[in-house]
Amino acid sequence: MALETHDLPAAARGARPTGGTRPRTAAKVSSVVVTLGVVSLLTDVSSEAVSAVLPLYITAALGMTTLAFGFVNGLMQGATAIVRVLGGWAADRGDHPKWVATVGYGLSMVTRVILFLVSGFAGIATAVTLDRVGKGIRTAPRDAMITASSDPRTIGRSFGVHRTLDTIGAAVGPLLAFVVLWWLPQGYSTVFVVSFGFAVVGFAVLVLLVPDVRPRNLGWLLKHRTRVERGLPKCKGCTCDLPGGLEAAGRPFRWSMVAAPELRRVMIAAAVLSLLTVGDGFVYLSLQARDGFATQWFPLLYVGTNVAYMALATPVGRLADRVGRGRVFVVGHLGLVGAYAVAGLLGGTASTFVSLALLGVFYAATDGVLAALTGRVAAPNVRATAIGTAQTVQAVAQMVASAGFGALWFAVGRRPAILAVAAVLAVAVGVCWLIVRPLDASSRVQDRVAA
Amino acid sequence: MNRIPRRVVVLVAVVVVVVLGVGAYAVQAVRRHQQALAAAPTVASTALAGVLAGPHIVFRSTLPGPQYGLVAAVPIADPAGARAFTPLACDRVDVAGSFASCLRTVPGVATTFETDIYDVSTWQRTQTWPLPGIPSRTRLSDDGTLVGTTAFVTGDSYATIGFSTRTEIHTTADGSSRGNLENWRLTVDGQPFTASDRNLWGVTFVDDDTIFATAASHAAGKTWLMTGSISGQSLTSVADNAECPSVSPDRSKVAYKKVVETVNGQPVWAVAVRDIAAGTETLIPATKGLDDQVEWLDGSTLLYGLPRAGQAGTTDVYSVGITADAQPVLFIPGAWSPSVVR
Repeated sequence: MALETHDLPAAARGARPTGGTRPRTAAKVSSVVVTLGVVSLLTDVSSEAVSAVLPLYITAALGMTTLAFGFVNGLMQGATAIVRVLGGWAADRGDHPKWVATVGYGLSMVTRVILFLVSGFAGIATAVTLDRVGKGIRTAPRDAMITASSDPRTIGRSFGVHRTLDTIGAAVGPLLAFVVLWWLPQGYSTVFVVSFGFAVVGFAVLVLLVPDVRPRNLGWLLKHRTRVERGLPKCKGCTCDLPGGLEAAGRPFRWSMVAAPELRRVMIAAAVLSLLTVGDGFVYLSLQARDGFATQWFPLLYVGTNVAYMALATPVGRLADRVGRGRVFVVGHLGLVGAYAVAGLLGGTASTFVSLALLGVFYAATDGVLAALTGRVAAPNVRATAIGTAQTVQAVAQMVASAGFGALWFAVGRRPAILAVAAVLAVAVGVCWLIVRPLDASSRVQDRVAA
Repeated sequence: MNRIPRRVVVLVAVVVVVVLGVGAYAVQAVRRHQQALAAAPTVASTALAGVLAGPHIVFRSTLPGPQYGLVAAVPIADPAGARAFTPLACDRVDVAGSFASCLRTVPGVATTFETDIYDVSTWQRTQTWPLPGIPSRTRLSDDGTLVGTTAFVTGDSYATIGFSTRTEIHTTADGSSRGNLENWRLTVDGQPFTASDRNLWGVTFVDDDTIFATAASHAAGKTWLMTGSISGQSLTSVADNAECPSVSPDRSKVAYKKVVETVNGQPVWAVAVRDIAAGTETLIPATKGLDDQVEWLDGSTLLYGLPRAGQAGTTDVYSVGITADAQPVLFIPGAWSPSVVR
């Protein structure tokens, strides 16, 4: 085991004084989580810098048709869904999520070299697809590592801290890319080189500083605390009577465990709510239909959403730890209801800001919190698969929602469509509240036991 | 004293190498950019007023050098000769009446896009409004009172809407919108067109109410030539597989690009000319490979732009007749988005 003491969750360190003054909050987020956050930050600077300039690069610099861009963009959307489950499965099977995540981050890093070298359509399409596949592979193992490295009681905060760092990268990347282009017109290859640099440093931080967290092994060690239970000789120096040694595998992976009743509740709630999550693009278009400000800054509206998400991810994660992750995940969709309502009913610059802030609330209350909820509910040996599956369910349902909403938009008009979705989503939040309620109760008991 | 872990030493080394490498590349890129600017041959230029006095062509100049991207003009009689530069920088440009429509990219910490309307007698900007995406097409009506613009609205990885076009018509005098074509009543082959993935692009004006444009359904993989009226806010299909129409000066014909083959999943277009009254179509196979909204030089000659092979960023404008055997001829080297002012 390459784990150092400070990398173990608090529970694994055994007795810790409880009660009295609460320990300083910052100290409770594991260094593994912060390091993974830094990896995500650097990688997101890298990938969002490329995403931001890719449309201009394809159409303006290479003179390719815009249909080509539509095709590339379609690849971006579709490629990640299924590999998330596979990445999770591989992480669970081998019990080395870091290795799987390393493959994912490495793949994305390599695509920057491809972008730098090629200028044809097929090459760019390949690079974009591989980048998204890499993102799909790494997400679930990384979230499983965050779960395994966190104190179960503050896991929501851990994900909040990680997503804050991640989103900082997503906001910095496009700005960095545009600054390069501003300074150096036609400087697309410089953008790709800068992007590659960030990817390499992110990859190096992962490989060098993130320990090889083994969730299944760790779970076994937590359950079997004495040397006898672990099948070790009674004293350190003894070499006799050794049956199994330190082969702490825990129970192996089994698909049936991914469909455990509690996980099923999470998946159902995620699916129902995501079927009514129509994509930020429609909110932005709706805002733009009423407001010149939103038109002018249309290409950057998502940066506004990211800023709100960045600011709220950690506080909302802490709130989730206190009042229940399932509840916060479900109620967080009211942020989306609000964003739809504002975009549908109001106009003007102020309503644009309010709508972007509400979208940020929605992301803060759902993205990391869903991973925290799933990771906590799932058994350690299927955790990455469960997280990957939940994220795939969410992504696929959102794609279906966007397609369906497009039809509704043209059938009944922009405003009735977006208000109708807001109303149905508000009802769905009520229903899903009932679905997830038992989860929060049982996880609180488990948290207490773990503590 | 604590020994620094080897992993940290290695990481610091990686960071140093990356920073030095990226920095060296950036410095070299800047130096190359400056050298290219300095080494570029001065583009032969002439006085603007003289060129604008007679029949001329306005276009975006794409010859390398400090004037790259500026709008320029040449006399129709001497298109490859010295060009006269205006102060405007545009991605797409059109001139009619006393107005110029200029779609441009505004580089900055945040790159944005806009439509600018200029008075061509003074080259002063009279109107401006934001564009929601990358500039694609613009056309003015013949008297310059109306302007059609098309932008590519590109989603990013967070805004999951993907790709679409936004085509609008505005009044040049006050910048007021006359409608987003996507929301108009559309009829294709006699049936109401309800595809939710509809896109519209490439307006051309027959007069101040009648237009041609392109409608498309991405899922159906089809495009249609549409015609209709601004006051009625409706468009009806005329033919399929026809994009970016351009009406002839005498209004008897409309030229457009149509897909003639597909290579690696990507469409390849050629120009076709349709006789509006007779409904007949003449394909010009020698124009294969273009992606532009063509411009009529006169009643029997078309102009269009092509990227120059092996020289990213530079484009050339070609002219071609409207018969099936017509061969394109280089017309203005280093030019894009031509607009004929008679």
